[in-house]
Amino acid sequence: METKVKEIKGKERYKSGVLKYAQMGYWNGEYEPKATDIIALFRITPQEGVDPIEAAAAVAGESSTATWTVVWTDRLTACDSYRAKAYRVDPVPGNPGQYFVYVAYDYILFEEGSIANLTASIIGNVFSFKPLKAARLEDMYFPPAYVKTFKGPPTGIVVERERLDKFGRPLLGATTKPKLGLSGKNYGRVVYEGLKGGLDFMKDDENINSQPFMHWRDRFLYCMEAVNKATAATGEIKGHYLNITAGTMEEMYRRAEFAKQLGSVIVMIDLVIGYTAIQSMAEWCRQNDMMLHLHRAGHGTYTRQKNHGVSFRVIAKWMRLAGVDHIHAGTAVGKLEGDPMTVQGYYNVCRDATTKLDLQRGVYFDQDWCDIRKVMPVASGGIHAGQMHQLLSLFGDDVVLQFGGGTIGHPMGIQAGATANRVALEAMVLARNEGRDIDAEGPEILRAAAKWCKPLEAALDTWGNISFNYTSTDTSDFVPTPVAAQ
Amino acid sequence: MRITQGCFSFLPDLDEEQIKAQVEYCLRNDWAIGVEFTDDPHPRNTYWEMWGHPMFDLKDAAGVMMELNACRKAHPDVYIKLIAFDSTRGFETVRTSFIVQRPKVEPHFAMTRTEVRGRTVNITLTERA
Repeated sequence: METKVKEIKGKERYKSGVLKYAQMGYWNGEYEPKATDIIALFRITPQEGVDPIEAAAAVAGESSTATWTVVWTDRLTACDSYRAKAYRVDPVPGNPGQYFVYVAYDYILFEEGSIANLTASIIGNVFSFKPLKAARLEDMYFPPAYVKTFKGPPTGIVVERERLDKFGRPLLGATTKPKLGLSGKNYGRVVYEGLKGGLDFMKDDENINSQPFMHWRDRFLYCMEAVNKATAATGEIKGHYLNITAGTMEEMYRRAEFAKQLGSVIVMIDLVIGYTAIQSMAEWCRQNDMMLHLHRAGHGTYTRQKNHGVSFRVIAKWMRLAGVDHIHAGTAVGKLEGDPMTVQGYYNVCRDATTKLDLQRGVYFDQDWCDIRKVMPVASGGIHAGQMHQLLSLFGDDVVLQFGGGTIGHPMGIQAGATANRVALEAMVLARNEGRDIDAEGPEILRAAAKWCKPLEAALDTWGNISFNYTSTDTSDFVPTPVAAQ
Repeated sequence: MRITQGCFSFLPDLDEEQIKAQVEYCLRNDWAIGVEFTDDPHPRNTYWEMWGHPMFDLKDAAGVMMELNACRKAHPDVYIKLIAFDSTRGFETVRTSFIVQRPKVEPHFAMTRTEVRGRTVNITLTERA
């Protein structure tokens, strides 16, 4: 896209008054991003009558150095390098009025190793900017020079598997239900039953912290009794994500220390604690050989609608840099929002050594992760044993599949529910490795295993026909054929 | 009790054809397969004894089956697992592992609870025959 607006330079540029952002140097259609630039891709919907190029320049301006009027103090700085540069604007295919805007930022603009600082610029003021009806941060590219300022996941997929001694298959988990109201003693019962039945992990839900019905120390003590007892009963390492989310950092550290003292292999936090708190807990986990599970509570408020907010793939990238070991990244087939290919894009961002540009999966940049460790994605929410072939086919081995209702709601009990899931999983992995086409033969493979496994038979009879076939809101703009100009 | 370590412990014990199919899967992925055995299946026993080195540069599953059977003959009443190593940068670890022989009588684990400060209990797992 070309603009007639040219940057004004020299004395004229700094006369008091108001200029267009493009005139102030925030648009440069010929700009070639430097190897050290950070790039953000926004989807913008300009107000009626606002030129898309000027809107793009405004985005670049408001997310870097600009204010609404000319300031002479710019001239005390190397201001050309501090100005973010919008350098490419493409209409969004099939969405009149929306544009993809590429903005490059010099790496001097960002403090090393701080997601808070990065996001204060990139999603700071600009999303409230009046000339835009809506704006969405679709994707970001981070150059190696910036990636290397982050430590990334404290444990990562490889070390997690080595610590747990579990290889070659997805891990299995379940969230304790009901999520609210159980006493510590009753809660631990659910944990023990699930783990003994065959799950690798049980999990606190996002909003289970320290309420009147169950204070956190009680929960930790009963859960760890359950974890150890299940380990003894199976000869296999088990874990429970102890949610240490609390009102202050001091309290979160206190809870984390107690989890460590009790021998837990993993602690859990919620996305709502904020980026800085997440990075602090990642640092604590690094110092204490602890895995860090992140529940993405709250993300749907800004990730789901395509025209405004932040895509979850960007959140996933930020969280890999910030340093979490697990992140909830969607199920595609379960009860929560998620188009399959878009969700696969999130998984790739978490697990790749190098992520390749892949428009159909909503990935707009090649991204070298610079050997930073891999985040284990978690598929949780309305999935059941009858979907095992789909889940394995969509997500591969490096994922935690979490069947909460699909374990605890089993007609023969929690242990049977867990066993049904584990048998379904192992049968499917075995068949896939043997070279069978699990997409086509999946239901048949499950039915064959159900012949000798009553709990699996009961699970398939109960939930075999349950699916959540609703249209996703957050889908790729490039499904039929990739059309975006390179 | 049946110890449920490894990839396929919830399935009926794999027969020779099934083991061979899994070995072929590993070879297709260019993973080196090792044979390891132990009489101590404690979940924190990381280092089982190696029956030789992992088999690098192997093309035919028959080679693995031969080593496995030699190990079985020498150690008929212990745990044996096959373990596949991936040397790809960023993995450089085990990619799958599964038990292919169990002792006639599997041990169980006893939990020793030591009550310490407050309501905290320190737990130790001990193997019992």
